[in-house]
Amino acid sequence: MNEMSTKWIGARTIRPDGADKVTGRAQYSADYNMPGMVWGKILRSPHAHAAIRSIDTSKAEALPGVKAVVTAKDMVSFPVDKAVALGIQDMRWMARNMLAHEKALFHGHPIAAVAAINEQVAAEACKLIVVDYEVLPHAIEIEDAIKPDAPILHDFMKHEGKPSNIAGTMVLKAGDIENGFAEADVVVERTFTTRPVHQGYIEPHACTVSYAADGRVTIWSSSQGQFMVRAMTSLLTGIPQSNIRAIPAEIGGGFGAKTIVYLEPVAVLLSKKSGRPVKIVMSRDDVQRATGPAPGSLMTVKIGAKKDGTLVAAKGDFYLQAGCLPGSPLRGPVGCSFAAYAIPNVLSTGYDVVSNRSKVAAYRAPGAPHGAFAAETVLDEIAEKLGLDPLEMRIRNSVKPGDKAIYGAVFGDVTFTETVDAIRKHPHYKAPLDKNPRPGVKRGRGVASGFWYNAGGESSVQVNITEDGNVVVTTGHPDVGGSRASIANVVAELIGIEHGRVNVIIGDTQTIGFSNLTGGSRVTFASAMVATASCEKVIGQLKDRAAKIWKIDADAVKWEDGMALPAGDNAGKFPPLSLKELAAKANEMGGPIGTQVQLNTTGADPGFATHCVDVEVDVDLGIIRVLRYTAAQDVGRALHPSYVEGQIQGGVVQGIGWALSEEYLYDKNGKVDNATFLDYRMPVCSDVPMIEALVIEIPNSKHPQGVRGVGEAPIVPPLAAIANAVYDALGKRFFALPMSPPKVTERLDAAD
Amino acid sequence: MTEIRYLAPGSLDEAVKAFAAASGAASILAGGTDLLVQMRAGVRQPGTIIDIKKIPALTAIEELGGGAFRIGAAVPGAVLAEHPTFGKAWPGVLEAINLIGSKQVQGRASPGGNLCNGSPAGDSVPAMVAAGAVVTIQGPNGGRELPVEAVPAGPGRLNLTPGEIVVSFTFPDRPKGSSDAYLRMIPRTEMDIAVVGLAVNLSMDGGVVTAARVGLGAVAPTVLLVGDAAAALVGSRLEDAALEKAADACRAACNPINDKRGTIAYRTKVAGVLLKRVAAIAAQRAGGN
Repeated sequence: MNEMSTKWIGARTIRPDGADKVTGRAQYSADYNMPGMVWGKILRSPHAHAAIRSIDTSKAEALPGVKAVVTAKDMVSFPVDKAVALGIQDMRWMARNMLAHEKALFHGHPIAAVAAINEQVAAEACKLIVVDYEVLPHAIEIEDAIKPDAPILHDFMKHEGKPSNIAGTMVLKAGDIENGFAEADVVVERTFTTRPVHQGYIEPHACTVSYAADGRVTIWSSSQGQFMVRAMTSLLTGIPQSNIRAIPAEIGGGFGAKTIVYLEPVAVLLSKKSGRPVKIVMSRDDVQRATGPAPGSLMTVKIGAKKDGTLVAAKGDFYLQAGCLPGSPLRGPVGCSFAAYAIPNVLSTGYDVVSNRSKVAAYRAPGAPHGAFAAETVLDEIAEKLGLDPLEMRIRNSVKPGDKAIYGAVFGDVTFTETVDAIRKHPHYKAPLDKNPRPGVKRGRGVASGFWYNAGGESSVQVNITEDGNVVVTTGHPDVGGSRASIANVVAELIGIEHGRVNVIIGDTQTIGFSNLTGGSRVTFASAMVATASCEKVIGQLKDRAAKIWKIDADAVKWEDGMALPAGDNAGKFPPLSLKELAAKANEMGGPIGTQVQLNTTGADPGFATHCVDVEVDVDLGIIRVLRYTAAQDVGRALHPSYVEGQIQGGVVQGIGWALSEEYLYDKNGKVDNATFLDYRMPVCSDVPMIEALVIEIPNSKHPQGVRGVGEAPIVPPLAAIANAVYDALGKRFFALPMSPPKVTERLDAAD
Repeated sequence: MTEIRYLAPGSLDEAVKAFAAASGAASILAGGTDLLVQMRAGVRQPGTIIDIKKIPALTAIEELGGGAFRIGAAVPGAVLAEHPTFGKAWPGVLEAINLIGSKQVQGRASPGGNLCNGSPAGDSVPAMVAAGAVVTIQGPNGGRELPVEAVPAGPGRLNLTPGEIVVSFTFPDRPKGSSDAYLRMIPRTEMDIAVVGLAVNLSMDGGVVTAARVGLGAVAPTVLLVGDAAAALVGSRLEDAALEKAADACRAACNPINDKRGTIAYRTKVAGVLLKRVAAIAAQRAGGN
């Protein structure tokens, strides 16, 4: 590409979705309505675990105002013995998650769905559906689900030859683990637990769908991928993708969990049966009970080091709570926990454990925060035992370019030490900390690092020059974290025009080429790369047009500051032709100007982050508050710094909640006991300090603008960083999250 | 679909008549910050809603002299916060009322609603108990008065007879050297519900406590007036021994449950911690009065 100026790349341009959002005009999932629309409602299981003997919907169907009732029988069948993959999902499990098949597997599991003239009638109809359940004993916690006599969720599931709730394992190895520990001067082994936590997006799942008389389907819903919505709906309903138009609504938060669907295929079945458009909106209660939290975990990590701090061996056993169907994000802890370190001997094993709660969904760097909590806490303890600065120890052990990662890849750029160094040199790390500021109050400081893979993948971008000489860019990715603003910056830079002349929109499944999910910290990386390729083509077209007008060779035309110019004196002397002038002459010079580029992008290097946090503990009440937080991360290039900082701050805030206050609680019947934002305690604004994002920009050499992914690495270190800070304050280590007040006082009052 | 009647009587008599006539099928609406949420959740399904905000006595703030006040049961927290003198006389009551819900909720939420919701964790209730506030009640058989602590009967239940409406709270005279304070333990910094709430109301003379009342919330089926804690403080200069004895009395008064918001052990411990902290704040304020 051309020599890069930085007029727009790196500028804090006005966000394109801002005005609509603050004035209430943004159209979220629940904001779409259709003439003749009816309301869908989901009947949910009142039991944590029960065989379904029969479902009688006749009374519900007979209720005046009811237009359709569907159950799993209305969906395409996916037998349990034949995997059908869609991305990282398996349709056997997606189908059973969406509507219970053989069994109700958690309290709140959808059993049937009703469409009726209004929500009240639909709710009334749900009560008239008679389900004959055989209630079975349930297991929710990992410890309970892996006991030898645990109730087995799925008869077809076997581990080591026996019926089991362990759905699968993942093992990564390097070197010889036994020899590795034998070489170590110090070995620390600890067992950790974390609770399931919810992504906590403000917008509940919702959709409006229309199955038209000609069999064509339109879906309005927010998700992290309209193509995923189309594909899953197609698979579960049998309607070809070409007949499904999935229109992405503005999204009120996803954080990974909207990479799967819960409602759209069910709504389409209701719409098909009723002949009416159907709208379904979840309540917060539905969201908390029946949409994917991140898994809880039970983890044992053992790390061995030489006296000088060189790490020689690391072993991890990571049990993740998949929920009712297989699919824990094992590659998170198994692959990421030790990935930033050059450790010759590693054995990392993950166990996918099913239990009677809702199926997990992705949550920012899925599984990696769990593993980092364990590994980075053990590293802190090793550094302390060896009398080393924990940051020095991390630098000493950083992987190097060319090293082979245990997950198979060979490292290209490695910018881990730069993040550690940024913290080490930051005033925060050097600032004096009064550890006993007042009676009953203790303070401490902690650090931890994190690793995330990042990703490339499929992306489509259209760049069209309007007749009046401005630019419309269409991408195929829902914008969850600033992709529209970032792409607008890139396109304005490359075309060389004012940012305000570029409008970026998100296309639907029938108007833009396939684009994979917004997830994996991939979208800005991938779509900026593809937008760049599109801009190059469009600039080529523009130069061709200028060449035609001037009747010179296209090679003799250059593009600068939004204008075609003769490349040099030899090309002839012509006044520049602006984008507006070329657009005005487009039709007489060969037709409309614009193009779509579709690529499967590669070259996303991993993300590294290092965090430093100060905490204060009210010793008598057990309350931990975060006083100061600094998060360093290499982002490659910050196309739009405000969004990059926002991603880092958001990840940290979610990590603070995970560490200190968020957890799923269940009653003795296996029902979620805190399915509200009152009792599911996400941090509020006043719970967190201003989080300082140290945005390090070491350009990714494999990306035209140097982009690395941003959105996931920042949620990886906080759990361990906070736990390490609490240890510094109290002299006691916490191996279980959240460090909520009752648990803190209990630990402080304990004898040890 | 069920229909709901909405009434907004302009007088107390009308309200009492309508409430009695509905014989249990009506709910009183003050700010609605609990009622409307409970209706949406399907917990309460009243056939009639009687909005009491149009009744003058329910929204009046009367200064009775000497630090005494009568405040209508439906006065919103935000209105009380803007009153020029109420918060000077009763800072603990005001801070407790102002902790109900969020900034937005404060525009509606009232102490009467907070009391009649019947939650042992209601923030204003321990403070009004400590203040010695008296509740004026009007019913089909006339009016009567009860101390605040006598109104709740258990979670969600009140010692009111059918048709009775809480009209106002009367706060007594304030001797010189008196003040009060309220603190609650919540895991977050705001937007949360008390795990323990505790209020202390003190009168002091020359550094010696001459009168005290302690209200303790969220540790028993109803908000408690902890007489033993008050007795431990009276006559003391809030020395460590007196505070420890009062804290012991608070811990002893606890009869909590283990639930999603706190454990028995934690709530009991916190009751003692809060007693010491709240007494210190109340004493400091009393010193300035």
